[in-house]
Amino acid sequence: MTDWTPSAHEVERRQIRNSQRRRTVLQATVVTVVVFGVLTAVVVRSPGWPRVHETFFSGYHARHSFHEILKGFWVNVRLFLICEPCILVLGLAVALARQARSAWLVPLRLVAVVYTDIMRGVPTLLLVILLAFGMPALQLQGIPNSPLFWSGVALIVSYGAYVAEVFRAGIDSIHPSQMNSAAALGLSRAQAMRHVVVPQAVRRVVPPLLNDFVSLQKDTALVSSVGVFDAVFSATDYGNFNFNFTPLVVVAGFFVVCTVPLARLCDWLQRRWTERERAGAL
Amino acid sequence: MTTSGTDPLVEVTDLRKTYGDKVVLADIDLAVDREDVVCLIGSSGSGKSTLLRCLNLLEQIDDGVISFDGVEISDPRVDPRAVRKRIGMVFQAFNLFPHLTVLDNCVLAPVRVHHVARREAVARATDLLARFGLSDQVDKHPDRLSGGQQQRVALVRALCTRPELLLLDEITAALDPELVGDVLTIVRDLAEAGTTMVLATHEMSFAREVATKVCFLDGGRILEQGPPAQLLVDPEQERTRQFLRRVLPPSG
Repeated sequence: MTDWTPSAHEVERRQIRNSQRRRTVLQATVVTVVVFGVLTAVVVRSPGWPRVHETFFSGYHARHSFHEILKGFWVNVRLFLICEPCILVLGLAVALARQARSAWLVPLRLVAVVYTDIMRGVPTLLLVILLAFGMPALQLQGIPNSPLFWSGVALIVSYGAYVAEVFRAGIDSIHPSQMNSAAALGLSRAQAMRHVVVPQAVRRVVPPLLNDFVSLQKDTALVSSVGVFDAVFSATDYGNFNFNFTPLVVVAGFFVVCTVPLARLCDWLQRRWTERERAGAL
Repeated sequence: MTTSGTDPLVEVTDLRKTYGDKVVLADIDLAVDREDVVCLIGSSGSGKSTLLRCLNLLEQIDDGVISFDGVEISDPRVDPRAVRKRIGMVFQAFNLFPHLTVLDNCVLAPVRVHHVARREAVARATDLLARFGLSDQVDKHPDRLSGGQQQRVALVRALCTRPELLLLDEITAALDPELVGDVLTIVRDLAEAGTTMVLATHEMSFAREVATKVCFLDGGRILEQGPPAQLLVDPEQERTRQFLRRVLPPSG
């Protein structure tokens, strides 16, 4: 078998495949260049472009606001990094509570249902304002008063409800035969959930979870509405002072730069799982 | 082997297929005439399924030529969909679409691919389903059916497009013995009606009864091919004899 060399026919076939591939690449390149070229031309040649360019894309203002925004963005990043794991835990806990079948856990199930229903219904911005201004106003002893802390809590509570629903959908999508075969092996319902159903469900819901987290990254900007000096607050502050909106574009750039690597990481994870589990399958 | 006046419907010469370094099929030569029933036998992993999947271009081959109705279909310039339109395939795991009813499973391809009027496609499907004893299941979803029923639906789904060639990939392997009979009866009827088929199977007695040609695959090669009366009873190769001894009931 090692002495095999492609036949003349196969060599020709490969050449045809290669030229087909080249043609596809060429087509794609031409189409891409034309589409983006036209779009750019339309924007740049529009009558208001010089004005827009000056107000939104000024290099001078971008440079001068950069440092303040970076400092503010660090608040967003920390908020996100702390909230994300809390949301995952809360979301999964709520999803599992809704799936629980034990009679003892009925009150818990009820709480979980009411929680998701209400928290998904309330706009996140309102939740941030309510908690950040309302909780300190209670003047309770021993709880933090900072708006940053309470807006973080608001984000966790709000996104926890979304993520719980994502997890629940994932758990529901695992075929009942998996539960049956786990039960047949003698696993308890909790064990089956923990070792069989949830691991599969989590993999399946990575893309929608990512979606929620990108959304969360952006919604950390809501803290600016309760006076926390984050990136958006710094940018509007600078903009109001200098009559220039460039800093807002800079902030947008910051958020994009943060979300893209996260998306690529998730793609890579998914590909690895698929390759490992579906190797050679139909 | 079979030399009739007309060209064979399918002709495979020197087919080779690899997955990376692993050679899955090598030096495959096979001719399928119209109304032929070719049975591929051999142990798991011998390349039977891969060969079937090569025939309807689900796999890209690494060398050799596959011709269908006198045209080389392994040419990259050939549109694979045009080829697959004329070939039906049934899988071991049924692969029915769980979100569609039995009827919609059967009507999908005729309507969307072959542009048959829906009314006519429905009539054709209902007729076939009735013939296969599935009249009561028409509006159910596949998961509600038993394995044997599902596999019969899968057969009907493949037949609804009136394929010139039917590829059956171990279609009884996932069924219990009682249901195997149901499905094989249908395949036998199809064979008698003159349907051209290539099937991978572990049912030796069925192969002996229905096949016009049997191919024994081992390690990705066709070690031996011939009419069932010869190959299954008096094979030339020792390896074939060994395989048959293991799979055939002792009575022979």
